[in-house]
Amino acid sequence: MLIKSPDDILPSEITSPALYSRRRDFIKTGIGLGASLILPGTAAFAAPKPTVPFSTAKKSPYSTTDESLTDHQDVTRYNNYYEFGTNKADPARYADALQTRPWTVSIEGLVKQPKTLGIDDILKVAPLEERIYRMRCVEGWSMVIPWVGLPLSSLLKQVEPLGGAKYVEFITAVQPENMPGVRRRVLDWPYTEGLRLDEAMHPLTIMAVGLYGEALLNQNGAPLRLVVPWKYGFKNGKSIVKIRFTDKEPRTSWMKAGPFEYGFYSNVNPEVDHPRWSQARERRIGEFTKRKTLMFNGYGDQVAQLYTGMNLKINF
Amino acid sequence: MPQPSPRQLALIKTSLFLLCLLPMVRLAVGVYEDSLGANPIELITRDLGTWALNFLLIALTITPLRKATGWHWLVRLRRMLGLYAFFYALLHLSSYLWLDQFFDWGEILKDIIKRPFITVGMLTFLLLVPLALTSNNLAIRRLGGKRWQQLHQLIYPLTICAVLHYWWLIKLDVMLPGIYAGLLAALLMVRVRDGWQKLRQRY
Repeated sequence: MLIKSPDDILPSEITSPALYSRRRDFIKTGIGLGASLILPGTAAFAAPKPTVPFSTAKKSPYSTTDESLTDHQDVTRYNNYYEFGTNKADPARYADALQTRPWTVSIEGLVKQPKTLGIDDILKVAPLEERIYRMRCVEGWSMVIPWVGLPLSSLLKQVEPLGGAKYVEFITAVQPENMPGVRRRVLDWPYTEGLRLDEAMHPLTIMAVGLYGEALLNQNGAPLRLVVPWKYGFKNGKSIVKIRFTDKEPRTSWMKAGPFEYGFYSNVNPEVDHPRWSQARERRIGEFTKRKTLMFNGYGDQVAQLYTGMNLKINF
Repeated sequence: MPQPSPRQLALIKTSLFLLCLLPMVRLAVGVYEDSLGANPIELITRDLGTWALNFLLIALTITPLRKATGWHWLVRLRRMLGLYAFFYALLHLSSYLWLDQFFDWGEILKDIIKRPFITVGMLTFLLLVPLALTSNNLAIRRLGGKRWQQLHQLIYPLTICAVLHYWWLIKLDVMLPGIYAGLLAALLMVRVRDGWQKLRQRY
């Protein structure tokens, strides 16, 4: 029998952090040098100018503090954004074509007065905050991402929901001429997601507009995307154009694609496996061995009470 | 090329041998340069599996290709292609056991029992082992040509298992495994047709 202990790895086999980061730096320097040779001017990778300075976003007590951040290049090049293709590298390759200005979000459904807000107005709804969250993908990998955003509740409070409103549905952009992935109906476009109203109003739930102190890149869901850190990553709809208050549980794109595999709640839960793979462990991007997946992705103290009395095996 | 000379055949075999190593070399370079993306372990495991499947299908193409072209010497390449399928399958399995699961035997056992795509993947590998072990002239002599051929018919169910293994692991977009299934179906149909014609000629 093989007993697993930390001694399994010979010290000689471990790449020292210094060497490891030097390797990455080498690549980065290479890319940077190459880019500065090709592109004139100093700002080689200038994002569209944000109207609000993202880097001054205030720190939030909801951020995780003791975990190291996932590399910027991994966060921005390893993405699931099926509108641009089902390969992880597709979004970074193709998402440049996405038109993010002008951009409006209409908030409608069971509300007293529907509203359409421009992205620049949304950025002023509340002070931007930096939220460092764990992100756990349903596929079994995870990241730690420094988002910049505002509480979703501050956006939802721009309208007055009617008494019957119990759920919030999120509808994302479809730009067929700019999104090669929507030519094939792998999912029911537009990609839709949903939350229960109390989940949507929860202080941990944010609308992210930036990451790593800069405006969101298109492949990460520019100009604004949902982040619900205790749920699997696919709940975080990208490039949102419509928010609708409803009285019935919305059927999301993934529920339509695989009703037995993807439920409405999709809370991170190591005890409820995906029918085809285990959810007990995850690989943190950048790490070698897998780590245990935490109930509610480690946010149980804040969110477990939302689900008291519910059977999470049935409401997966 | 009707019939290459022994020297030409040796040259062809050597070139093919080196060519078949390229997928592994490419991965090794990727590891060295740290250019395999954010999730290198997943990429390595999947790439090795894809190549195992590629070689299975390439090996299955030899017989129809031989019949279509009349180049009977092609059969002399089949053993190498089959052994390369085993080689990449072995690396694929090792990558799963070592890089992905880090020899966590409890988890691995659970995976094999509970995950149909892992179960069928393991089955594929188990069926490949006797074929790899008997891919030599000594084994053919020991078993006798007929029994050896019967044993090697396992390639058909095994390749079906391999395609299933691929299909079931895909989250949503089954276009690629669909293409493999189509190719395999075509290769199997050729055999069914040939078998049917043989049967008709006999009776």
